[in-house]
Amino acid sequence: MTTPTPRANSGPSGTSDAPAVPAVPGPLAALPDADPAARERLHARLVDGAERAGLLDVAYRTLETPVGPLLLAATEEGLVRIAYGVQDHDAVLADLAERVSPRVLRGPARLEQTVRQLDEYFAGRRTRFELPLDLRLSTGFRREVITRLPDIGYGRTESYARMAAAAGSPRAVRAVGTACATNPLPLVLPCHRVVRSDGSAGGYAGGAEAKRTLLTLEAA
Amino acid sequence: MALRPFEEIVTEYGPMVLRVCRAVVGPHDAEDAWSETFLAALRAYPELPEDARIEAWLVTIAHRKAIDVVRADSRRPLAVAEVPEPAVGGSGTGGPGAPAASANGQAQQPPWERDEELWDALKALPRRQRAAVAYHYLAGLPYREIAAVTGVSTDAARRAASDGITSLRRSLPGRTEQRTDAGARQRRAHQREERGERP
Repeated sequence: MTTPTPRANSGPSGTSDAPAVPAVPGPLAALPDADPAARERLHARLVDGAERAGLLDVAYRTLETPVGPLLLAATEEGLVRIAYGVQDHDAVLADLAERVSPRVLRGPARLEQTVRQLDEYFAGRRTRFELPLDLRLSTGFRREVITRLPDIGYGRTESYARMAAAAGSPRAVRAVGTACATNPLPLVLPCHRVVRSDGSAGGYAGGAEAKRTLLTLEAA
Repeated sequence: MALRPFEEIVTEYGPMVLRVCRAVVGPHDAEDAWSETFLAALRAYPELPEDARIEAWLVTIAHRKAIDVVRADSRRPLAVAEVPEPAVGGSGTGGPGAPAASANGQAQQPPWERDEELWDALKALPRRQRAAVAYHYLAGLPYREIAAVTGVSTDAARRAASDGITSLRRSLPGRTEQRTDAGARQRRAHQREERGERP
């Protein structure tokens, strides 16, 4: 152990063979390098200040549900993204930073209404969502498809083929599948209600099991 | 590679900036300085070059905000330094920490906040030395970057940090150093400096 004698020059020439990294000098070591209470307090204050200054471009939180943890993200316009755990929440946040804005903060307040409605849905007390949506992550034909999804009522299903026909392109069955697979707002735009023509469930962004869980919930 | 979500910046650098703010403006104004710094950083973030050094960028903003906070402080009546204020929590979302501490009196203050020796020693430093010490030893900035932040030459920044830490060690003898991530950052900064520009 080195004695903390005053050094006029702190330059650690020869640190390569020193066992430890240069330390925070004794006089400053009293200042805590982690302060969880202050961190929470300051984070809340930052989110609050950002919201009031119009700088909270994307607010997010996670929610535990019967289909696993969901990432919920909203812009000032509305809910912009829901992502399943299997979709890797960190990757989804990085994608939001790139495609929407890097001003992304954990801010649960903006998502209160979404959380309440999802809780009601999973409790079987809600059959449709009434939330402002921001559809900017979906364009063109895909957007056309996903905005029609709420037409499939709670507890019912529709085939990819009939969705394609409804969108005016009966031969675009595969494109409908892609639109559902890339739906930025699953659950709220119920792509889980689109199934194969033979009645089997088909794929789902949240995984086949999540799709079965949702269809079972709605059939009850 | 695009900019990361700002939340990651807060998580990764927030504690370091808070420590720097505490060292530079003291415990009572530090949270104001931190909040102003991160709000300004959030505002400017989309324009940040992707290869920018985040530490130096944040410290640059914190340096300006610290000057603002200190100026505002000097226009306030006396006794601010002695009486701990509750953190100014925006619209009451300041959280439970600060109000509880002030409501229950000084007994709730953490030990470092009651460390009058430390605060007296820091206050006794010329402002430039106090800043250089914090930016070098807590933020891990190399002297070249401290020079850019504080508007002096690299040699002057090195001298300020050196003189500052010498007089802190004299005022506060026998305190044990601490090995942390900040130390690792500091070493990397030193190594860069040693490779690059040390005469």
